[in-house]
Amino acid sequence: MRDWLSNATEKIERLERQLNMRPTHEPESAHQPEPAHDGEVSAGEHSGEHGSKHAGPAGGEKSRPTMEQLKERKARSRQRVENAGEIMTLSMGPQHPSMHGVYRAELDLDGEVIVAARPEIGNLHRGVEKLAEQLTYHQVIPLTDRLDYLSGFAMNHGYCEAVEKLMGLEVPARGRYIRTLASEMCRVANHILWLGVHIMDLGTQTFFCICFRDREYVLDLFEMLTGARLTHSFARIGGVAKDLPDDFGRRCREVIDFLPKRVAEYERIIKNNRIYYKRAKGVGIFTSEDCFAWRVTGPTLRSAGVARDLRKDEPYAAYAEVDFDVAVEYNADVYDRFLIRMKEIRESCKIIRQCLDNMPDGPFVAKDAAHTLPLKRDVMRDSAAMIQDFEQVFRGPRVPKGEVYVATEAPKGEMGVYVRSDGGPRPQRVHFATPSFYHAQAVPPLIEGEMISDVVAIFASIDVVLGDTDR
Amino acid sequence: MSDPIAQLIFLIIKAILMPVLIVMIVAFVIFFERKFAGFFQGRVGPTYLGPWGSFQSFGDIFKLLSKEDLIPLKADKPVFRLAPYIIFIPAFLVMAVIPFGPVGGQPNLFGHRFDYVIANFDAGLVLFLALGAIAVYGVVLAGWSSNSKYSLLGGLRAGAQMISYELAMGFSVVGVMLMADSMNLVDVVNRQAGNFWHWFFIPQLVGGIIFFIGTLAELNRTPFDLAEAEQELVAGYLTEYSGMRWGIFMFAEYVNLLVISGIVSTLYFGGWRAPFTFLDFIPGPIWLFIKIAVMVFIYIWVRWTIFRYRYNQLMSTGWKVLLPLSIANLVVTAVVVTLVK
Repeated sequence: MRDWLSNATEKIERLERQLNMRPTHEPESAHQPEPAHDGEVSAGEHSGEHGSKHAGPAGGEKSRPTMEQLKERKARSRQRVENAGEIMTLSMGPQHPSMHGVYRAELDLDGEVIVAARPEIGNLHRGVEKLAEQLTYHQVIPLTDRLDYLSGFAMNHGYCEAVEKLMGLEVPARGRYIRTLASEMCRVANHILWLGVHIMDLGTQTFFCICFRDREYVLDLFEMLTGARLTHSFARIGGVAKDLPDDFGRRCREVIDFLPKRVAEYERIIKNNRIYYKRAKGVGIFTSEDCFAWRVTGPTLRSAGVARDLRKDEPYAAYAEVDFDVAVEYNADVYDRFLIRMKEIRESCKIIRQCLDNMPDGPFVAKDAAHTLPLKRDVMRDSAAMIQDFEQVFRGPRVPKGEVYVATEAPKGEMGVYVRSDGGPRPQRVHFATPSFYHAQAVPPLIEGEMISDVVAIFASIDVVLGDTDR
Repeated sequence: MSDPIAQLIFLIIKAILMPVLIVMIVAFVIFFERKFAGFFQGRVGPTYLGPWGSFQSFGDIFKLLSKEDLIPLKADKPVFRLAPYIIFIPAFLVMAVIPFGPVGGQPNLFGHRFDYVIANFDAGLVLFLALGAIAVYGVVLAGWSSNSKYSLLGGLRAGAQMISYELAMGFSVVGVMLMADSMNLVDVVNRQAGNFWHWFFIPQLVGGIIFFIGTLAELNRTPFDLAEAEQELVAGYLTEYSGMRWGIFMFAEYVNLLVISGIVSTLYFGGWRAPFTFLDFIPGPIWLFIKIAVMVFIYIWVRWTIFRYRYNQLMSTGWKVLLPLSIANLVVTAVVVTLVK
């Protein structure tokens, strides 16, 4: 308990330090060869050796607005709120084409300008956290990929990391690599889908279909790897469910060779499109201060100039052993969130390639009779494995008493999992601090003062999935 | 049979045949839009009914006709019922002034002169602009009478949109008017006689582009489909309409698409005239049909490619870019036309 608290305190202090020392506040001095934020993010980092990799790609050249400039831009839209006249209340959602599920917002409108917004969530509440208390630790896994159903494996992964930390279980190297690989595949699939939906909200339906087609390639890989396309339930406590199938490496390489080309094509279509630029540039500004205040993480935070990425800052799985850059942009608007995600797809492809290149041999799931399920093929042949299987399925794993909080970098932001054990086979309490929940509550400050057309663009840009919000 | 009576009979035949023909063509325009949208998006589009699914529109019409006629309880019922027709009728009326073949000259049919235009009307261009403006009333009234907030916003957007683009569109048409020295579309086409470099799209390139952008707004298609804006306003002014009332709106939209393609071809691409004089043996209506088909394809292409503008961006584009440009185009055209004379 003490340990967890001190860790949390340390984390908060580090975040505050990042906030105060962000380079966007002061002009850069010419003497520093590297942008100031590269050093300071890893200051106070226990894993110091990764600090040097923090540079955003090709940093330094870009024009970086200061915090004052960003606030000034934001103030323009706040001005419209203050000048509001007669108010009309509009209920947007839950059955609205671009509320991405069943989000509902009550908007106070002055003409087309949003004066106030009151979000409502809970229309997709399924009681996952309460259900988890009735199930053994193994049985919770299929619930987790229904949280953010667009990146199912990343959810499995976060939960398993938390439970393994509680059990003190070491995942074998191959298991860690396969998890990293699958998580990054999730990120690619999620960002491609995000792009399609975001562009569709701006009025182009064709692009949605193009993005869906390209996402299919990743889903095909998932089908090959896990047997499922959407709800994978592929992670297991102590590793993953299956080894890489034959020929997976070749197929996967084909896809990750192909996707960066497609991303370049997306950028060619969208990045310099005048209408997109007009619709997205300077819209929905959410500065790093706002992000910290509302606990907004992931690409939205990184688009505000903070190189915060748990894969780098607190590496889990095999992220410490692969080389990648954290994408950072500085304008904190919808346009930069698009740029961030495109960069992240490229970086994810890089990570997937490294995982395939350096895939270690050995077991993919830990051999630990007290905590993990045995391999199915052993159960029928080996009596010890059969007993282990019986024990795990009917009783559940033996988990020491205690509680743990682990955060992982899901595609949409930081996904925290809190697990408390009373020593029994079932968790006493599981809590998922999913990114979409926090993002959904940050919608009012994001959209107030903007226009109805921007609401859909901004709402899409922070990437909210209602399954993830309501749990 | 004296000539005035023959003309009257011809007129009645034309006035009956033309709408029927348009209705038949529109059914296939809808099919083409869906098919092309499918191709653009890597799908196949409609496939089931008829060859390549080309009878899909007829199936849709039957479905819409068989649906319940729903009117919201608190809607302004007479206006709600009237609104679709305010869009529907002007769309057809514009077709009357578009010439689809030679007008005047020698007797060419049973010893009588058959004019390939329904109304050889001296203020044809003004009629087109006026009817286009009336159609906007349909959208605004539909939005207003539905008693739904989304519809209201859609109707208001349509009104704001109309005043932003209609002015620029009007000024760009004046360029053509000056060059043809007439507001009669028959004269406009006759002025473009000869090979395709005599067509007005070359001297009136700027005006033509402004006019094309204006027609996109007039047609309520992306990037100016603000009044409908599915992702923002659910269906805008159409939100509360269902069944055949909704079908009439859709139908009017496609009739407009056809008619405006015809207007663009007539004003800037020589109307029914062949691109080269040696191709004159092919009748005028066929050339006009080909040009309309190409324009319709371009409209479909634009619709499935481009993003939607925001409301205030459309206004600023209309007032700050298109209007000054169209006035400049008008001034330059006027000076050049005067000097040439």
